[in-house]
Amino acid sequence: MAETHSGAGGHQSLPALLHRNATLYRDKPAYREKELGIWQSWTWGQTEQEIEALALGLLNLGLRKGDFVAIIGRNRPYLYWAMVAVQSCGAVPVPVYQDAVAEEMAYVLEHCGARFVIAADQEQVDKVIEIRDQLGQLEHMIYLDPRGLRKYDHSKLHQYSHVQDQGRAARDEYLPELKRRREALGFDDTCVMLYTSGTTGKPKGVVLSNRNVILTSKNSCEFDKLTVDEDILSYLPMAWVGDFIFSIGQAYWAGFCVNCPESPDTMLTDLREIGPTYFFAPPRVFETQLTNVMIRMEDAGRLKKWLFDHYMAHARKVGPAILDGKPVGMGDRFRYWLGNLFVYGPLKNTLGFSRVRVGYTAGEAIGPEIFDFYRALGINLKQLYGQTEATVFITAQPDGEVRSDTVGIKCPDVEIRIADTGEVFYRSPGVFVEYYKNAESTASTKDPEGWVATGDAGFIEPDTGHLRIIDRAKDVGQMADGRMFAPKYVENKLKFFPNILEAVLFGNGRDECVAFINIDLTAVGNWAERNNIAYSSYQELAGHPQVMKTIQSHVEEVNRSVAQDEMLSGCQVHRFVVLHKELDADDGELTRTRKVRRRIIEEKYADIIAALYDGSKSVSTRTEVTYEDGRKGHISATLEIRAAAVVGERQRMAAE
Amino acid sequence: MLDQSQGYVTDDGRKIGGVVMEMKNITLRFGGVEAIKDISFDIREGEIRAIIGPNGAGKSSMLNVISGFYHPQEGEVWYRGRKRPPMKPYQVARQGIARTFQNIALFEGMSVLDNVMTGRLTHMDSNIFRQAIWKGRAEREEVENREKAERIIDFLEIQNIRKTPVSRLPYGLKKRVELARALVSEPSLLLLDEPMAGMNVEEKEDMCRFILDVNDEFGTTIALIEHDMGVVMDLSDRVVVMDYGKKIGDGTPHEVRNNPEVIDAYLGVSHD
Repeated sequence: MAETHSGAGGHQSLPALLHRNATLYRDKPAYREKELGIWQSWTWGQTEQEIEALALGLLNLGLRKGDFVAIIGRNRPYLYWAMVAVQSCGAVPVPVYQDAVAEEMAYVLEHCGARFVIAADQEQVDKVIEIRDQLGQLEHMIYLDPRGLRKYDHSKLHQYSHVQDQGRAARDEYLPELKRRREALGFDDTCVMLYTSGTTGKPKGVVLSNRNVILTSKNSCEFDKLTVDEDILSYLPMAWVGDFIFSIGQAYWAGFCVNCPESPDTMLTDLREIGPTYFFAPPRVFETQLTNVMIRMEDAGRLKKWLFDHYMAHARKVGPAILDGKPVGMGDRFRYWLGNLFVYGPLKNTLGFSRVRVGYTAGEAIGPEIFDFYRALGINLKQLYGQTEATVFITAQPDGEVRSDTVGIKCPDVEIRIADTGEVFYRSPGVFVEYYKNAESTASTKDPEGWVATGDAGFIEPDTGHLRIIDRAKDVGQMADGRMFAPKYVENKLKFFPNILEAVLFGNGRDECVAFINIDLTAVGNWAERNNIAYSSYQELAGHPQVMKTIQSHVEEVNRSVAQDEMLSGCQVHRFVVLHKELDADDGELTRTRKVRRRIIEEKYADIIAALYDGSKSVSTRTEVTYEDGRKGHISATLEIRAAAVVGERQRMAAE
Repeated sequence: MLDQSQGYVTDDGRKIGGVVMEMKNITLRFGGVEAIKDISFDIREGEIRAIIGPNGAGKSSMLNVISGFYHPQEGEVWYRGRKRPPMKPYQVARQGIARTFQNIALFEGMSVLDNVMTGRLTHMDSNIFRQAIWKGRAEREEVENREKAERIIDFLEIQNIRKTPVSRLPYGLKKRVELARALVSEPSLLLLDEPMAGMNVEEKEDMCRFILDVNDEFGTTIALIEHDMGVVMDLSDRVVVMDYGKKIGDGTPHEVRNNPEVIDAYLGVSHD
């Protein structure tokens, strides 16, 4: 291969890195997937052959340079190969969120003008067929799992393995062309296009170049000393930039092994079986696991419960210090060692974290209790701050400098600037090329010098250099009397309670703040079971007086905590309702990455918000819901409005 | 549309083959009670055949006759061109007929995987001594059976409960495990006794999809009993309607739906 030795050791594209890995690590596992109850594995050598066969098959079907190929499905080695095969042909892979409904998918496929779709199964194929008429450019569809697709019209529909077979058969014919296209790939060619879920408006296609992906992967691998021996579990959506970087970018740079779960429901079992050494999860996963542990400990025998409580208390005291390499007394170390023998070791094994060397969480703020719990066990859980436009990494916490309230120091080669408005700007080799077919948004996000606005408000701690994020810059508002309104700050505090799944705070331009609360069905349901409280539906449980009382005490606790911060004390929750339905991405209330869509919720539940401010005791409402299959229905409910005690407000009023 | 000797083609384009099983003038009595009175019908290769009727119509009795659990006092059961002598249920199972039960009959204390593996029993040849030594054929069989079981587990999407004891599963999943156990024996004829009973709408939809997929993917002939008229009409190619032990209708869902006798039976016209 004719390589120019520059940049990342001359490897300027993923196919080039693939070839390097297939040479250096020929017999090391590159991919594993559990199928039929057994972990199947592919070495780097085999991976290169599989990818080449698919790429040849794609050329055979007429894939042109610069075409867009949508890839839809859950994490499977075949789909990861598809991304690299598409790149080898000089085309651009566009992973699409697999749980997107047909309309959302139509927008993305139409916007990028995908000529090919590679879909996992019948479910995804059906969705694309449903919207086919709107997609002028779509020509071929390739599917992975043939189940249920036997009777479909196969004139434009191909099975993945057949495409590979045809590619192998036509090897001699197409190999020169494939080689030519592969070798033409450089740092400035597009590596991937990822659609951001977008809390407002339509999704935007973020174009990332090989330079973005490879340099960012290189820097981040060096930052955390990731080697060829790592194991990761890939279970987060393939359309999300994080998964692209962890499961493809870093995996190809370092040459480590990507493990795919058997099915979405077996993720926790597979996690335990694989025991990854490098692990990424949004706070939600850690929360769920901790909730499950706590629920199971409630049901455990008295001795076990005592052991757990006793040693966890000790771990909270000295665990994080030991992890950070700070001085800890011999006695405490010995007790921690004992605890590891009895509690921490077995617990980590059950959770699948025995081997974790580097763990990251990002996306949302993580509760300090949750964060400390994992660190106390000796799991090196850290936080990072990033976004699609930065190819993930903006800041990350180095080993030994980990805290729950910051997002770390700037990553290698990243520059950070805080604007007068408090908004965080950055510039790095990972800064995206452009938003596809959207020069206007590109210009408003990225200035000519390459500085990108994050849309988040934050500040850098002067003595440590750590970045702290307060809220989305556009969500930070003012209350009627001019005090600062930072909804996320309060919502996160609420969400740190296991009983609360989601919270939405309102109060921009008003005198007081009010909140919507979603209960966590797992935690509250388990509590109800233990206390013999019968309920027939989510709605009934959410409205139960005991539940209301518990939530009220949580809200009041948050109020006390918020009141301590002079700047934000106006954000205390005066009144709240517990919603009768879970906020759901299918109803457009959350994004696919489960971020709250504030404006949509505000419009949809205007009647409830009005009732929260006009002093009513309860409110009757009727809400449209969308079921998983796209049908719509309605649920009606009467919600009780509760007032929560606030701290310091009266004194302030009196002083005025 | 029906040709006696050949097969027929369904609305969705599937080719249905010749007669697999034929019931000729079956009468079944329990003491003085006639549960089934002189009923004849056939089941064809590759079709989904439903038996419906109000409570107490004799549907389950009919299924038990097909599965060889009950022996009719009068009439003949012909299976694949041969008259079937009275048989024990296990002998029927060896002929390639598998079933599920209305009141789930799983081994509650065993895991899902073990339950599914029991469905391979008819395919195990090695004797107890070979099993004990665990060499050669016994080991090969186990590996082969486990693979078959895993394929079905994958097919019915129950990987996440593979190791879970059945007693801990909710009702809808138990039904699915029962279907898995029946399927793993690779039956040519599958009998389902009220597969959707007691399920919510979503579970019913899942089950429908699995039944259609089984028929499509493995080419299995399916005979099922069902209460839910909507389900039956969507799912089946031909329907037998029973009332008070008698056959009152037989044909495609469309024909049956417009049959006045069937309408009477379901709307409850008085019988005098």
